[in-house]
Amino acid sequence: MSDLKHDPALEPELTAPAAQPVEPAVSDELELTYATGLEVKTRSQWAYARRRFVRHRLAMVSLVVLIIILSAGLAAEWVAPYAYDEIDLENSGVGPTLENKHFFGTDVLGRDYFSRVVFGIQTSERVAFIVAALSTLIGVLVGAVAGYYGRWADNLLMRLTDLVLTLPGLAVLLTLSAFLGNGSQYRVAVILALLFWTTLARIVRGSFLSLREKEYVEAARAAGSGDARIMFRHILPNAIGPIIVNATLIVGLAILVEAALSFLGFGIQPPTPALGKLISDGQDVASQYWWLVTFPGLTIVLIVLCINFVGDGLRDALDPTQRRARA
Amino acid sequence: MFTFILRRLLYSIPVLFAASFLIFVSVSAVGNPLSELRLNPLISEQTLQNIAERKHLDDPIPVRYVYWLKEAVTDKFGTPLFVQTPIWDDLTRVIPHTLQLVIVAELLALLIGILIGVYSAIRQYSVFDYTATMASFLGFAMPVFWLALMLQILFTELFLRTGTRVFYTSGLNSVDNTCTFCVDRAQHLAIPVMTLAVLSIAQYSRYMRASMLEVINSDYIRTARAKGLSEPKVTVRHALRNALIPVVTVSAINFGVLIGGAVITETIFGLDGMGPYFINNLQSQDVYPVMAWLMITATMIIIFNLIADITYGFLDPRIRYE
Repeated sequence: MSDLKHDPALEPELTAPAAQPVEPAVSDELELTYATGLEVKTRSQWAYARRRFVRHRLAMVSLVVLIIILSAGLAAEWVAPYAYDEIDLENSGVGPTLENKHFFGTDVLGRDYFSRVVFGIQTSERVAFIVAALSTLIGVLVGAVAGYYGRWADNLLMRLTDLVLTLPGLAVLLTLSAFLGNGSQYRVAVILALLFWTTLARIVRGSFLSLREKEYVEAARAAGSGDARIMFRHILPNAIGPIIVNATLIVGLAILVEAALSFLGFGIQPPTPALGKLISDGQDVASQYWWLVTFPGLTIVLIVLCINFVGDGLRDALDPTQRRARA
Repeated sequence: MFTFILRRLLYSIPVLFAASFLIFVSVSAVGNPLSELRLNPLISEQTLQNIAERKHLDDPIPVRYVYWLKEAVTDKFGTPLFVQTPIWDDLTRVIPHTLQLVIVAELLALLIGILIGVYSAIRQYSVFDYTATMASFLGFAMPVFWLALMLQILFTELFLRTGTRVFYTSGLNSVDNTCTFCVDRAQHLAIPVMTLAVLSIAQYSRYMRASMLEVINSDYIRTARAKGLSEPKVTVRHALRNALIPVVTVSAINFGVLIGGAVITETIFGLDGMGPYFINNLQSQDVYPVMAWLMITATMIIIFNLIADITYGFLDPRIRYE
């Protein structure tokens, strides 16, 4: 915590207006600085957070890499040199090469794995963003109600999160996905979200519990604000840091778990391309065609790694109280 | 202390009931589990009738839940939907295999994780510390199934190229071998253990580093140094013992989770453990063994969470459970 005081990003910046010609007088330098109007530039909390994030070099690099990968997935139709299901038996089992743009090689049927990976990214990011949005929504609502109203609402909601936390997570996801998932990416996303909101609910509840005692909440109530307005206009903006960090990390977690579900055959089913399914397709011929397992896996590692670094940077930027010993 | 344990156990019973009800209902709502069998010409209508009668499939779902509950409590989870072999027999066969794998992997991970964590903390910001940090980030970002496959490919290639068998890449034992504690079993479990340990090592080393850093900067460590104790003595006797507390607690929780969480590793390496049993029954969409499996693992998680709390209170005298 102590290094927070010396964080240069936190100190108001002293800027001299460049247009003002400063007299080169040596004797009364001190007075001159006041006379020429050195002013304290005010910054919002967001501006401070942005500065802290930009200074986190690893997080910035990760963000750039992440944006490149994710936009490649978004624009898969234009980025991929082939359609993901285009069969080309004359070029089956080609190793990774620049020729014909088979960067990640081709499989037994001659389908281009680079294109399949790019389309897989598209599916993965779609699922992951639905999961993050939905679980954040549920988590914030549950946590806010529990923390703000307390008593029986708190008890009920916290018992509900206890329930989800006692279950073996991956196994329950597999079960629900196998019986209810139907191989659809949207169903899988909803199932994931229904189990991912608990951590956030606890965090939000914690901050609401302490924030509801603050003077500004009392002031808002005295001014006649209703409960909903106090919760979402006054308290929520002050609790937003951990929420954003958590949502970021959930994107990474969702990509990992969805890949595992699809790999085991209980997640997204063909013809929709999914990164986990690509790996399990390559599994049987892995000893001949190593690239079929290696590249989709490396793609997942790279995406999740970048997301975790960005999440780390966001934590330092938005949530300085939870700042861990700098890695 | 006793009342604390009792209260926690009593409290977990309704949690288990609620969880089992929710899962049973949502999974059973999918439709008639026999509809797919009906398409198979080799299965007579009479057999299907018998199954439906035995499992009360014509009753509404909440009633079926009560029948399931009765069978689970009085007859050790009863039998699966399609076959007559008791679920309990299968579970007692596979659980020891999983325990063997998980215990070895966790002990190894604890040892390595603690060593890495302590060294990173006492050499903070050193090359070793940065490397360990990056490695743990990599461990967190790596899908377990992918790591398992890569190790499998690597060691299969190694065998094919050199012709010498160091580790096996699938199964629990060689064909003519059935031993539980021997070199053959160790050769089979080595790669699965490595796979499982990677994520745990990443976790434990981070926890250990954080708690060690916190302890090292505390006043009583300065006192210990000031009175002239040697550095190894300060590190091991004063700092390490206190810094271990959170890691031990986390590992107890982790242990409960892993018993049901080694699913992927066990399936890929074809070990006859909890994982493949679960996956096989998911594939045949059989609710009953799946429910039994989930209840067993949920109970494990509850028990190990309780053990974690108790050891925490035991190791840290400032914690009191009323």
